[in-house]
Amino acid sequence: MIRLSIVALALASAAPVFAETIAVEPGEGAQERLQEALILAQPGDEIALGAGRFELTDGLSLDVDNVTVRGVGMEATVLDYTGQQGSGEGLLVTSDGVTLRDFAVENPKGDGIKSKGADNIVYHAIRVTWTGGPKPTNGAYGIYPVESTNILIDGTEVSGASDAGIYVGQSSKITVRNSVTTDNVAGIEIENSRDAIVERNFVSRNTGGILVFDLPNLPVMGGGNVIVRDNLVAANTTPNFAPEGNIVATVPRGTGVMVMANENVWVGQNLLYDNPTAPVMVIAYPLPFEDPNYNPYPREVTIAWNAVDAGGTDPQLEGAEQLTAAFGGALPPVMWDGLTDGGAEYTPLRVHSDLKGWSLNLSDQGKGMAGAQPGPLEAGRPGQPISTEGWGASAELEARLK
Amino acid sequence: MKRAAILLGAGVLALTGSIAAHSGQHAAAAGSFAVNDAAVMEGLPRTLAEFGFFADAPAQVPAARVIPYRLNTPLYSDGAEKLRFIYLPAGVSASADGEGLLEIPVGAALIKTFVFGEGGARRLIETRVLLHRADGWLALPYLWNEEQTEARLAVAGARVDLVTPLGEAISYRVPNKNQCKECHGLAGEVIPIGPKARNLSHEWLGEMAAQGMLDRVPEGADVLPLWEARGDASATDAARAYLDVNCAHCHRPFATASNSGLDLRWEQHDPAAIGIMKRPVAAGRGSGGLLFDVVPGKPEESILAHRMASAEPGVAMPELGKATVDPEGVEAVERWISSLEP
Repeated sequence: MIRLSIVALALASAAPVFAETIAVEPGEGAQERLQEALILAQPGDEIALGAGRFELTDGLSLDVDNVTVRGVGMEATVLDYTGQQGSGEGLLVTSDGVTLRDFAVENPKGDGIKSKGADNIVYHAIRVTWTGGPKPTNGAYGIYPVESTNILIDGTEVSGASDAGIYVGQSSKITVRNSVTTDNVAGIEIENSRDAIVERNFVSRNTGGILVFDLPNLPVMGGGNVIVRDNLVAANTTPNFAPEGNIVATVPRGTGVMVMANENVWVGQNLLYDNPTAPVMVIAYPLPFEDPNYNPYPREVTIAWNAVDAGGTDPQLEGAEQLTAAFGGALPPVMWDGLTDGGAEYTPLRVHSDLKGWSLNLSDQGKGMAGAQPGPLEAGRPGQPISTEGWGASAELEARLK
Repeated sequence: MKRAAILLGAGVLALTGSIAAHSGQHAAAAGSFAVNDAAVMEGLPRTLAEFGFFADAPAQVPAARVIPYRLNTPLYSDGAEKLRFIYLPAGVSASADGEGLLEIPVGAALIKTFVFGEGGARRLIETRVLLHRADGWLALPYLWNEEQTEARLAVAGARVDLVTPLGEAISYRVPNKNQCKECHGLAGEVIPIGPKARNLSHEWLGEMAAQGMLDRVPEGADVLPLWEARGDASATDAARAYLDVNCAHCHRPFATASNSGLDLRWEQHDPAAIGIMKRPVAAGRGSGGLLFDVVPGKPEESILAHRMASAEPGVAMPELGKATVDPEGVEAVERWISSLEP
């Protein structure tokens, strides 16, 4: 209350103010009190969420630069949207320099936390959970930065998303690390984005583990410069529960790391276990499209050394039985659709010599599996490690974690 | 419970209101019906009365230079009747920019009151103001009290239980200040969504020009169909007008839904951009299991119509300002989709 009076005074008199901490506790009127704090905050302020459940009826939003929203822990402070009546997400951030940390979002009706056009954002120790487990009626994305530059997602947990747990779209300079994504359709998805580092995450019980996609007909296209390293991607065997129409609804259950229509992607040093369709899948955009500015093919994709199991032991693919039989019981760990725009001599793929692969040997993009002639993969060998200089979130974001 | 929450929010603002009043931004002297220009230009007036936009605010009788207007095709807000006004200070005028948004000078304001019920049951719910200040536009929501005597600033918004004209009991959402920007934001700035010349009558524009409040009646004015007479318009014009007015403030480049790639502005003619055989990108369960935004000839297979026909958060479009489905809008859009050649 006192704080609000001070802000009003400042607004009326334009007197200078300094950064302050605004405490908001759960309880009666939490929706209005918290939203008001988010609106009246000044750049540099911290909004301190108390322990307990904030029972919310509507989405919240933050549009002030350089504000920190901090709870007392991802188990202790919960923004509970079970009774949400409006808005497309739980929390929407549209300002720059925001830090979100140490709280949870439960059961939002749409997306969990969306940050759009919100540069220099940190998500740290944030949990987004749909508490009923995987359901098609859950919201699409848990953590959802889009059209933003410089994003750090660290130590988060997301489960139950009917699309991707952590989804970064149409953005650049991205780090997603030390996070746990389980029971989503896609664990982590980097889409139409560049300069991304995805490392040290635990990605399990999703339909597909880590997806690196580029899609047509979007304002930002040309995804690339993505490294996926040191992740544990295991037991992604949940049947696909995405509503049809969404691109992830086409991801077969049992997919580990999937790269679609990107350039310069490095996948290495991951533990890829029990992803029984394909530990690694590299494909062109599979659907017909009309967009002259879109390149549907993967280019310069390196599958370096990864620890893998037998591979596609139970693939969710057309003709699975014949396929596995033809390859002696299991499909080799690296799958390619065989499509490239670089002519017969060019393979977009380099694969470590320890890893076996297979190709569908498709000849036409956008025709599904038609004309598949499965056979062993012939790919180049990885060259020098690629430089990741300039990729990932900046040191300034890192410094905020202290 | 809802009532208590609203009162609590209002109480916080009441506490701060006395401070704002001290800064001398009080309404013009009683008896004069001139607008308080200082309130339009500065501060966060805690009550609607401080602006002096109305000679009689409960009766919605405007003050001098506050001109009522209507749109040919309006934005649907749960069936609310909307009373729209534009305020232009003495000595300035708006200028036309082709068929698009009127250029409204600094110092001016747009005022819109949302009303439900008729006769004795008539209730003013909220009055939204858009103020054109030296540093840009500011959107503020004012919530009317139960007694209908005063509207107070509600930066955090509110929920109000009411019954729509179609008889649906709803929890009506008064948007908070940030939600104002979700619809009014373009490339990071707050701008008015309307009025656009194409959605205003020649008659009104001519009158404004005659009074010296508008520089001229532009080419391309008055082309959107009159909503109640949409049966006389083509299926395409009726639907595209509806989509322009109800959807395109977000579904256009540089606005809230730019990342969807869907651009529903009246002037957009690229079939993929307006959704024809366009796949969704972030629809989630909003897709309803359908594959494309608009499937020519098949409204029942079109995500656009599906989401318009839903009132469920996470599925419903628009995401804000809508608790109930607009059957007229759905009908117009379905008629258009049916008319498209597969």
